[in-house]
Amino acid sequence: MMVERAEDEEKWLAAGIAAIQQNAFYMHRALDSNNLRDALKYSAQMLSELRTSRLSPHKYYELYMRAFDELRKLEMFFKEETRRGCSTIDLYELVQHAGNILPRLYLLCTVGSVYIKSKEAPAKDVLKDLVEMCRGIQHPLRGLFLRSYLSQVSRDKLPDIGSEYEGDADTVTDAVEFVLQNFTEMNKLWVRMQHQFRLAIGLSGLQGPAREKEKREKERSELRDLVGKNLHVLGQLEGVDLDMYKETVLPRVLEQVVNCKDEIAQFYLMDCIIQVFPDEYHLQTLETLLGACPQLQPAVDIKTVLSQLMERLSNYAASSAEVLPEFLQVEAFAKLSNSIWKVIEAQVDMPILGAVTLYSSLLTFTLHVHPDRLDYVDQVLGACVTKLSSAGKLEDSKSTKQIVALLSAPLEKYNDIVTVLKLSNYPRVMEYLDNKTNKVMAIVIIQSIMKNKTCIATAEKVEALFELIKGLIKDLDGDLHDEVDDEDFKEEQNSVARLLQMLYSDDPDEMLLIICALKKHFLTGGPQRLPYTIPPLVFSSLKLIRKLQGRDENVVGEEASASPKKIFQLLNQTIEVLSAVPASELALRLYLQCAEAANDCDLEPVAYEFFTQAYILYEEEIADSKAQVTALHLIVGTLQRTHVFGVENRDTLTHKATGYSAKLLKKPDQCRAVYACSHLFWVDDQDSIRDGERVLLCLKRALRIANAAQQMANVARGGSGSVTLFVEILNKYLYFFEKGNPQITAAAIQSLIELITTEIQSDTMSQDPAADAFFASTLRYIQFQKQKGGALAEKYESIKV
Amino acid sequence: MNYLIGAFKPSCNISITFADGKSRKQVPTKKENGQTVMVPLFQSQENISGKISVEPLQGKKIEHNGVKIELLGQIVTGKCVRVNIMYFDRGNFYDFTSLVRELDVPGEIYERKTYSFEFSTVEMPYETYSGVNVRLRYVLKVTISRGYGGSIVEYQDFMVRNYTPPPEINNSIKMEVGIEDCLHIEFEYNKNKYHLKDVIIGKIYFLLVRIKIKNMDLEIRRRESTGSGANTHVETETLAKFELMDGAPVRGESIPIRLFLSPYELTPTHRNINNKFSVKYYLNLVLVDEEDRRYFKQQEITVYRLPEAS
Repeated sequence: MMVERAEDEEKWLAAGIAAIQQNAFYMHRALDSNNLRDALKYSAQMLSELRTSRLSPHKYYELYMRAFDELRKLEMFFKEETRRGCSTIDLYELVQHAGNILPRLYLLCTVGSVYIKSKEAPAKDVLKDLVEMCRGIQHPLRGLFLRSYLSQVSRDKLPDIGSEYEGDADTVTDAVEFVLQNFTEMNKLWVRMQHQFRLAIGLSGLQGPAREKEKREKERSELRDLVGKNLHVLGQLEGVDLDMYKETVLPRVLEQVVNCKDEIAQFYLMDCIIQVFPDEYHLQTLETLLGACPQLQPAVDIKTVLSQLMERLSNYAASSAEVLPEFLQVEAFAKLSNSIWKVIEAQVDMPILGAVTLYSSLLTFTLHVHPDRLDYVDQVLGACVTKLSSAGKLEDSKSTKQIVALLSAPLEKYNDIVTVLKLSNYPRVMEYLDNKTNKVMAIVIIQSIMKNKTCIATAEKVEALFELIKGLIKDLDGDLHDEVDDEDFKEEQNSVARLLQMLYSDDPDEMLLIICALKKHFLTGGPQRLPYTIPPLVFSSLKLIRKLQGRDENVVGEEASASPKKIFQLLNQTIEVLSAVPASELALRLYLQCAEAANDCDLEPVAYEFFTQAYILYEEEIADSKAQVTALHLIVGTLQRTHVFGVENRDTLTHKATGYSAKLLKKPDQCRAVYACSHLFWVDDQDSIRDGERVLLCLKRALRIANAAQQMANVARGGSGSVTLFVEILNKYLYFFEKGNPQITAAAIQSLIELITTEIQSDTMSQDPAADAFFASTLRYIQFQKQKGGALAEKYESIKV
Repeated sequence: MNYLIGAFKPSCNISITFADGKSRKQVPTKKENGQTVMVPLFQSQENISGKISVEPLQGKKIEHNGVKIELLGQIVTGKCVRVNIMYFDRGNFYDFTSLVRELDVPGEIYERKTYSFEFSTVEMPYETYSGVNVRLRYVLKVTISRGYGGSIVEYQDFMVRNYTPPPEINNSIKMEVGIEDCLHIEFEYNKNKYHLKDVIIGKIYFLLVRIKIKNMDLEIRRRESTGSGANTHVETETLAKFELMDGAPVRGESIPIRLFLSPYELTPTHRNINNKFSVKYYLNLVLVDEEDRRYFKQQEITVYRLPEAS
């Protein structure tokens, strides 16, 4: 059915074009022989083809363009004809003898154009006559094209200011009057199309009414530019100044827009008005323009219209600072915000997306025009909250996207979260986002902070900020864990961790408050988040401790609220939480960090406490052998550096550590841990801790274990194990030897070297090139020390390699 | 063959010339056979004068019982007028004017002879008219009476037009018409009397439209009636069909009318000419709906001839 129609249409169009061409041919012949009467006859016949009702707008346009080209030639001929002495007024009458109205009016417009050009009559009279006579075409499609032709031929002949057609009798008022009238009539025809189609549907009933309506609307939209062109013409008239726009043009156009009661026309024309006329006009007539909005049909997409307007005004405001006073003068914000409120009020059914889009545009506008008026921004957000509160949480993705845009705008504008934190309605808007979007928004906020390196320096602001990003900090209601992607979750938590760097105050008391606040929030985060959030918090606290430490003297005597001791207590509690996770390895590391910090602060009991906690964790929680090895090395390393302990405490701790070493599962691990422990008894820069004997004991024990390991390897795998352990122990020997441990003798080293050499020679089966190389370079080192000369060389003298 | 033709040939040539023939305005008129010829134009109360010359064919003499010239005003009715070429024998002739001038007493004409004639201030109240069923004509008829072989007759048509000054009272025609709950319109023509080169200006205002109108035309119709009483014969012709509107208007639309009368072959209105015939003009406003139903309203207008500005 549809295909058939399309085919028929093609046929009709082809026939129409052929007829136009044929008549145009005769017309040309008449033109060439200066035969006016025949020229008129054939041109009228040619134009009769435009009387067809069979073509869709698209095809009709094709036909029209053919005729249009021919009319241009005819117009040239008319011009020459008047030069030859035929009076224009006679010509003007002559063409009106045509019996069919459509050809008659096309010819009339064509001669009318020549008539104006001849200046034999005032342009306004001719224009007025033409626009009046065109009323004879009441068929929408044909009328629209005819009037569009009129608009086209008259366009360069309007009595605009500065135009050659301007005169005493012809003013720009006449030009405006003409265009407005043509516009009004065209719009009426255009709107009528919808109405008449509706009748047609009722009659045909062949195609579904919905489909038919859709098709009609499509056809109508193809024609809309014909109507809109009039507004373009008005926009380009020099003589339309602000006063005229305000007093005549806008009221008349709006009157037509409102009265036509057609949603397609209203939307398109409002958009046209906004696009066509200059920004400053809009600004000065804001009230009138906005006043029309609530009067439009409910189905009109008013949000897009207003958004466009606000976008234009925003850009205008952004274009130059000089125009800003104008905005203030006309109270643009109040008018816009009032109008939006009214529109939302009036259109109860407006989807939430519409409202949010409107507020988003208004916010952008406010940010551009009144960057200093935070209260305006907050007001907009508040209005948004009011609207959202009636709808509950947002489900559709477009709306949430709009809200994210809405919330991001102030961040981008101010580049400063601190400013945004002053907006009381900001978090309230966020509440209406779903959890996922809420998180996205939180990340945006964090990124903004990081990008701009905004320092948030008070606990109060931190509280406000955390209110905003709480989606990241804790599980929100109804949040299901399994839907969260692991990667994303990590990324989110890492963001939070990074954020901590920016929460910083120079005032220790304030900083402490911040830390307390953070702790409070983080502790609500649940076991999944703690491993990410606690470490930065701990380090942030430690940073504060170091700072306090630097100015310890000043605070002495004062009852300082932020004392290292207090913070350590806090830390202790904080880390303890991790055990619930459980993340004992992490906790252990943190305890050790704290212990070291306490050491630096000379707080022996505190340090001891932290060590104790670490040991407890080691004993009770860390079962994995690899983890044990790592943990043990960390403990040993930390303990080695700690100097705050008295003999007794230190003994307890070192003893324990050594004990743990021997209890490791794998022999090589045991061996390494034990020789590492040797360092606990010999700290180079502390005279009090130089127990050579126990160092030797450790090393010997290590040797024994290495030996055992070797044997086990032999038994288990049939080949001897690596000599690496021995070489490692040899290096320890050399270290202590050089440091001057009296218990480590050249002879002992000598025998160890020999032992290793034998081991290597006896075992030809399993070559370990790495171990060999290690041993060789160790020997080279000894060699080198010997040759270097000085005190060390003498010590090495007795060792033979 | 030549002989045969010669036998029916009139034995002389008669020519009629008007005294002011060269300066007088000539207008085209259609003869019955459709040929257009130029004839002189007169109006009522003019003098009609000129010369008649009679020239016998070579070597012949004409014996006659007298020569006369008549000025006849004739009304010819009946369908056949257009068919018959020379003799109106099947139409009904009625001479409403008949003036005679005797030019010569009985005698013989041997050679070319010229007579002067004059009809002064001739009363010619009616205009020349050529319609469907009726024709009004003015003619000069020269008769050379003969006792045998029949009289020799020659005709010369001329045209009469009478002019009317613009009427002092010329009201507009304004009327509201309609079909209940279906269509209500108000139309207005600026005058009720129009001269032949006039323009009809007006407008149609749609008060109510419930039908789907396709287009609207304004027609000029001529109503020619002949005879009287029961024998009245009426012939109506549509002279102009002028499209005023294309498409369906809605309530409140007003459509302009501007119709130039000059392209159409109108005559002045003739009312009851010598009790023989009338010619009246009507404007017929026709609205056509999508199912080709016609809704119309007819209004009479008077057409008159305005003195030509010269």
